[in-house]
Amino acid sequence: MKRTALITAILGASALTAGAAWAEPVEDKLTVNGEIEVTTWTDAPAAVEGALPEVISGWHFRGTETRAMQADDFDNPGMIFVEDAMASWDTAEGDAGKSCASCHGDVEDSMKGVRAVYPKWNEDAGEVRTLEMQVNACRTENMEAEPLKYTGTEMTSMLALISSVSRGMPVNVATDGPVAEAWEAGKELYYTRTGQLELSCANCHEDNYGRMIRADHLSQGQINGFPVYRLKNTKLNSVHARFKGCVRDTRAETYKPGSPEFVALELYVASRGNGLSVEGPSVRN
Amino acid sequence: MADNVRPRVKAPRKASAGETVTIKTLISHPMESGQRKDADGNTIPRSIIHRFTCEFNGEMVVDVTMEPAISTNPYFEFEAMIPEAGDMTFTWYDDDGSVYEETKSIALA
Repeated sequence: MKRTALITAILGASALTAGAAWAEPVEDKLTVNGEIEVTTWTDAPAAVEGALPEVISGWHFRGTETRAMQADDFDNPGMIFVEDAMASWDTAEGDAGKSCASCHGDVEDSMKGVRAVYPKWNEDAGEVRTLEMQVNACRTENMEAEPLKYTGTEMTSMLALISSVSRGMPVNVATDGPVAEAWEAGKELYYTRTGQLELSCANCHEDNYGRMIRADHLSQGQINGFPVYRLKNTKLNSVHARFKGCVRDTRAETYKPGSPEFVALELYVASRGNGLSVEGPSVRN
Repeated sequence: MADNVRPRVKAPRKASAGETVTIKTLISHPMESGQRKDADGNTIPRSIIHRFTCEFNGEMVVDVTMEPAISTNPYFEFEAMIPEAGDMTFTWYDDDGSVYEETKSIALA
């Protein structure tokens, strides 16, 4: 009964607001589990000054049911992967006989806030590191274990666990100092048209967010919600897998996940979301 | 044999007598349909949870037969009227013979 009423209400609303307004981001407020306040719509950070008036999380561009799934950890299918990663966190692997917990202890204390500042400069390695690279550096150097596949389920699950303890904290990626060069390279990529369709990231996510591209509702392409549980493939998706999918959709040869180009792009895109809250694992369609 | 099978239940700890409460359940399970083939073309054998039940103090609340088309990590949400304090027992029956059980106690408010 309730369902029928809801459908009628939606049909009624769409009849009234048919056209462009239908695709606008929805005004709503995200509170996870009734306690974690999540900033999903805020003032534009320095990285997008002049380009975007405000920054909006992809959460606002999804349907009512999808948004509700993310508001409760029981309903969020991404949390199943977080639980899996929680088990791996305590499991010793590799020749050093160490687990993540051997050095880092409780994930909720040691990893709080970590997701929010990645990708960031690693002084010892002299490179910009994504969180995936850092996890694998930990595995190979400290645990003496095999690295995880960059976009594999074990890796994205671990990232979902690390992200989940920072939910609600603002993304705060540094763009200056030693990372400035990579940040500029990422910006260059963002505005470079690729593929047979000659589309840059900006053509969709800056010029046309809020509009429909066939059946898809274009968001600003913010990555504060990664890893993302997508209903279409029922698994967690990593940032670089998403980049790859987007570049492929322009009918171009893509860079590889974990490549310097995608690392630079991730740094730049992350900085475009400075101020939005960490949301991962988020739910999208 | 399915790995990483973990039942999860969300039920209120307290309810007043006669109150209707919402119960949410989820079990992580691959629900292999038996229709798919692996890279070598061999059929991947069916491995699903084929039955889910919920009992309250021994009385059946729901009894569900599940078929291969049900997707990974089956989720059930239903409402139940709580007449008295007691234990709600949730049971999932796997094709491989495993039985997963979870119990939630509901007190009267």
